[in-house]
Amino acid sequence: MIAGADPLFAHGVTGVVILIVLIKVVVGFAAWMGAVTMMIWFERKAISDMQSRVGPQRWGPFGLLQTLADGIKLFFKEDLVPAEADRLVFKLAPYLSLVPALVTFAIVPIGGTLHVAGHAVQLQVANPPMGILVMLAMSGISVYGVMLAGWASGSKYPLISSVRASAQMISYEAALGITVVTVILVSHSLTTHGIVLAQGQGVWHWNVIRLGVVPFVIFWMAITAELNRPPFDVVEAESELVGGFNTEYSSIRFALFYMAEFMNTITMSAIIVTLFFGGPAGWVPPVAHLRWVFPILWFLLKTGIFAFCYVWFRAALPRLRYDQVMDLGWKRLIPLSLGWMLIVAGFLVAPGWGFVMAAAVLLASVVLAIAFERGASRATGPESVLAPVGRRPLPEERLRALTDREEG
Amino acid sequence: MSATAYALPSIVVFVTAAVLIVVGAIGVLAVRNPVHAALSLILTLFGVAVAFIAQSADFLAAVQVIVYAGAIVVLFLFVIMFLGVGRSRHDHVEPLVGQRPLAALGVAVTVGGIIALLARSHWVTGATSVSGSPLVKGTGNVHQLGTAVFTTYLYAFEATAALLVIAVVGAVVLARRERVTEEAE
Repeated sequence: MIAGADPLFAHGVTGVVILIVLIKVVVGFAAWMGAVTMMIWFERKAISDMQSRVGPQRWGPFGLLQTLADGIKLFFKEDLVPAEADRLVFKLAPYLSLVPALVTFAIVPIGGTLHVAGHAVQLQVANPPMGILVMLAMSGISVYGVMLAGWASGSKYPLISSVRASAQMISYEAALGITVVTVILVSHSLTTHGIVLAQGQGVWHWNVIRLGVVPFVIFWMAITAELNRPPFDVVEAESELVGGFNTEYSSIRFALFYMAEFMNTITMSAIIVTLFFGGPAGWVPPVAHLRWVFPILWFLLKTGIFAFCYVWFRAALPRLRYDQVMDLGWKRLIPLSLGWMLIVAGFLVAPGWGFVMAAAVLLASVVLAIAFERGASRATGPESVLAPVGRRPLPEERLRALTDREEG
Repeated sequence: MSATAYALPSIVVFVTAAVLIVVGAIGVLAVRNPVHAALSLILTLFGVAVAFIAQSADFLAAVQVIVYAGAIVVLFLFVIMFLGVGRSRHDHVEPLVGQRPLAALGVAVTVGGIIALLARSHWVTGATSVSGSPLVKGTGNVHQLGTAVFTTYLYAFEATAALLVIAVVGAVVLARRERVTEEAE
């Protein structure tokens, strides 16, 4: 019934099948908790290297056990709930952050297909028929964690943060969804397994090249904004909002948010690899009995590269201003992703249609550019010195303009 | 899933989904705090998604969560948070006089109509009821849905798209209207 595309359930659900699923879940969970602790250590160590600091060094070799020590410390700290807080939602919010991060990773294929006891076992925790849509659904749900945490704290800065989070995540979800559609169009499959298989024939079949680099870049930017990672972390802008949505959180609940952020970072690196870089695809040396290991190594390597890129962004890029974040999402990424999807769809029908679509998209983008130009000049006024930046006037400037008009 | 013999797993799935839906729906009505009501609504939407999956409508289930739980309820919450409802206001003045009896009447008519239509069947899709899988073997959810939307129901689909665009343009026009005159006076 719910079996769908997974060949594991092809011959009915028996005790062995249930055991295999349980093993997959447990191994996946354990490996992943390990990966999260490693990721936290890696991020702190890499950033401190980039900033000429030492970073964690006390616990374990190279400070590897620092995360464990931090976890134990946070566990035993006092758990505070603000007096103004909505207690139920305040306690619920960290889990709403954590669970989507866990669920999304379940659909990532980390290797090929194994044959165990006559069953074909795909090396991914689950392969549901709706596949990559689970990722979109979960990134939609992960908004609630941040949003409700900010609201339930009963404090002003977290509330601003949660309003920002909801607006930002909804904005970037559109661009994200459209680029995923582009990938689905060329892969002819919704399942992550199918998407990876479609890219299996070599580097030239990877979606990053086959689709042109643009969808990958859009996806990367949109997913970074969805994660609230730098440079899109206006939700946690400590220079403006004290600490963002988790200002009022302490103890293990704060740790849950912290973990969810790093889990999401790993998961989304893995999703990027799955969608655009062939997942576990790569060169497999002819070694007997160990052929299944190499796809996993390829997957880990590719995911590691993207995880490093996220750390690098954090160290290198300054945070965007909030209105810049929104402008980038609505005025650049959504039209661009939509146009590119139309062009890809046109080329899939016939090359002629592809060029027709490209011409139409070009025309539409010119019209759009003119519209933006006129809108910007209407918002700031043609005589304003700020017009070229395309910046909206602040509320107090508007008020000043109004009072000036009254006096004059 | 056959219509005659229900296996235990499908009964468990159905009961779980039904409990989620009903508890969520009652919560939306019974809870005083609007944010809690919105959360109950999400519970209902998840229950409906589970029910969709049990009916092999995977795509619909995913879209249900992405669009309704992931976007629409977020916008509800956005508005609730912006207006700060539920913290201080407790006025019980009805903005529309006599809306409660009218609402009850509307609900009765709608529910009655739906039950009558379900009993008579062959309503929109031509299928007798939800039992019995309409899925053709070998083709996926998305394939069949896409074929239906872009051939049989093309006009309805395009009309809906036009309606949504009109709604968006209307909302933008209303929201962006300059309030200079009323503030200056």
